[in-house]
Amino acid sequence: MAHTVNPLLVAILLMNLATLGASRLRAVIDIAALQGIVLGGLVLLAHEEADLRAALLAAAVIGIKGFVIPYLLVRAMRAAAIRREVEPIVGFLPSLLLGAVATAGALVCARTLPLAPAHQGDLLVPASIATALTGFLVLTTRRKAITQVVGYLILENGIFLLGLTLIEAMPFLVEMGALLDLFVGVFVLGIIIHHISREFASLDTGRLTALKE
Amino acid sequence: MLLELVGAPLAAAAVAAGVPSNARRPWVLPLAGLAHLALTVRALTHAPGVELGGWLALDPLGRLILGFISLLFFLCSFYAVGYLGHRLERPNRLFCAAFCAFLGMMSLIIVSHHLGLLWVAMEASTLTTAPLLYFNRTPRSLEATWKYLLIGSVGIALALFGTFFLAYAALHGGLRSTLFFEDLVRDATHLSRPWLHGAFILLFVGYGTKMGLAPLHTWKPDAYGEAPGVVGCLLAGGLTNCAFLAVARIYQVVCAAGEGPWARSLLVPMGLLSMATAAVFMARQRDLKRMLAYSSVEHMGILILGLGLGGAGVYGALFHLINNGLTKGVLFLAVGNIHRAYEGKTTDTVSGVFRRLPLTGALFLAGFFAITSSPPFAPFQSVFTLLTAAIGTGAYVTAALFVLALNFVFFGMASTTVAALQGEPSESARATPYRDGWLTGAPPLVFALLMLALGVHLPAELEAALRAAAAFLEPRP
Repeated sequence: MAHTVNPLLVAILLMNLATLGASRLRAVIDIAALQGIVLGGLVLLAHEEADLRAALLAAAVIGIKGFVIPYLLVRAMRAAAIRREVEPIVGFLPSLLLGAVATAGALVCARTLPLAPAHQGDLLVPASIATALTGFLVLTTRRKAITQVVGYLILENGIFLLGLTLIEAMPFLVEMGALLDLFVGVFVLGIIIHHISREFASLDTGRLTALKE
Repeated sequence: MLLELVGAPLAAAAVAAGVPSNARRPWVLPLAGLAHLALTVRALTHAPGVELGGWLALDPLGRLILGFISLLFFLCSFYAVGYLGHRLERPNRLFCAAFCAFLGMMSLIIVSHHLGLLWVAMEASTLTTAPLLYFNRTPRSLEATWKYLLIGSVGIALALFGTFFLAYAALHGGLRSTLFFEDLVRDATHLSRPWLHGAFILLFVGYGTKMGLAPLHTWKPDAYGEAPGVVGCLLAGGLTNCAFLAVARIYQVVCAAGEGPWARSLLVPMGLLSMATAAVFMARQRDLKRMLAYSSVEHMGILILGLGLGGAGVYGALFHLINNGLTKGVLFLAVGNIHRAYEGKTTDTVSGVFRRLPLTGALFLAGFFAITSSPPFAPFQSVFTLLTAAIGTGAYVTAALFVLALNFVFFGMASTTVAALQGEPSESARATPYRDGWLTGAPPLVFALLMLALGVHLPAELEAALRAAAAFLEPRP
């Protein structure tokens, strides 16, 4: 499996870095969408033999992560008429460096985790940890509500990658986890984004500062 | 029998959503509370077996928390009727439905014996509480809800990551891949250690976020600060205890694998960190609700510390779980009354509560003494048990830090409490229509009497339940 999966995983790792380096809001959303589509492709490859169930899950992942969420985010971006820059708290170059360090750290860290024979040689575990860490970085170092949601999506993508190692063993849990979290990520946060843009005429969470010590 | 505990509140939520009248709708809540309490009593006395092929079960730890949560909700539901009666200008359809559904999700967390289902229930409880926090529809409550959802979702995501780690630990250990709690505990020694360690850390941080442990507690002062008092009560006494249950479940798996000492070495410092953080932020805190939120952070730290001490500490932590919940019931409901009467919740506007609201003022004072572990109230008993446990195991530094944090918290809380209770109420505060009534006065009074009664006398039944839960959590070899 490794030889088919690994190129896609490398692509996902590169997309992580691209998200950290992108300065346009639209570009960040597009990269996250692309990552979702690649993830859908991985679902098919992770199965020994692709059946209808796998095809449906792949279609759902591609549909939701690749199209529905990005569409909602772009719409929220337009509706709020916000500035199209990312406005990071930590600059692009330092974030890229942190992202690179996180990726390297994930590769080292994953070596300490023993793998089942079926997963020897593929990069699923390090890619999963690296993507989750990237999601964290985006969540914590970007100011806008939309970029925070994108960060959350990338974190979810990382977790989903680890789920792929379990998809044969416990398909139900993985599917449930993936789809339910999307529901939260999109549906609820989407509603709140709508309220924020109406109340504050902005999606800059930097303005959400009434509550602090 | 267990399925009804989840189903009845959900059905009540549907009924609440269907009642057209804004004034009559809140009465669905006490009915739901009563039905749930009856079902709980039946479940506690009849010892139901496993249901849905092992997905649902009621163990001794679950019995303890289920009994408490059902009582907490029952009392809060009456208060909610009184509270919503003062807020008739606001549509409460979503509030009432979410209030009931939240009870259903808490019950599901308690009875689920599959870690995947537990995770789903935890996620659903986050969703159902969001409308409760956003009830006031102000920019401040919106900000609080955003932080709650975002930080809560990250915590939930980490818990899912940890759940996957745990599943992989089982897969790698050559077990039939499983997340059933019984299977994991039974075959824990076969789990792959590195994956199990990773799973514990991720699940602890993830569910710890829901508990509101430092350093991921930052949503808590905002959420509790902006939520209606009765919602704060349910979150601080109910949801946090459910999250503690989730942490206890994974701790149990790790203990069964023989990694208990390793886990305890992580739990103790995390517990102390939460206590210290709370002590720092509680000093000069002018906002009463935020003060209570930090108090909740502190007491979640105490629970985790107790779990980390092991042995008598686990018993103390479980006892404290009940005592803290009861006391938080008094304090949050009293502060809700103060908020209504003064239309403010900081000591800038709140003063002279004794004169303006004698009953609420007296309850708040009793609650303050109780939550800072003064005798004769119940938290004194459990905190003392924990202190003895720490000294008994030779953890002198831990015991010293524990006492130090408790004293600083007492100091911080006392200055705010005195400022609010004493003095003269302002003219504008005298003019507001709120008066202590049956619906908003009796529930905190009952909480206060319970917390006093448990401090004076611990009934044999409750003590047996606590011992059974502690023994279940940490089986003696």
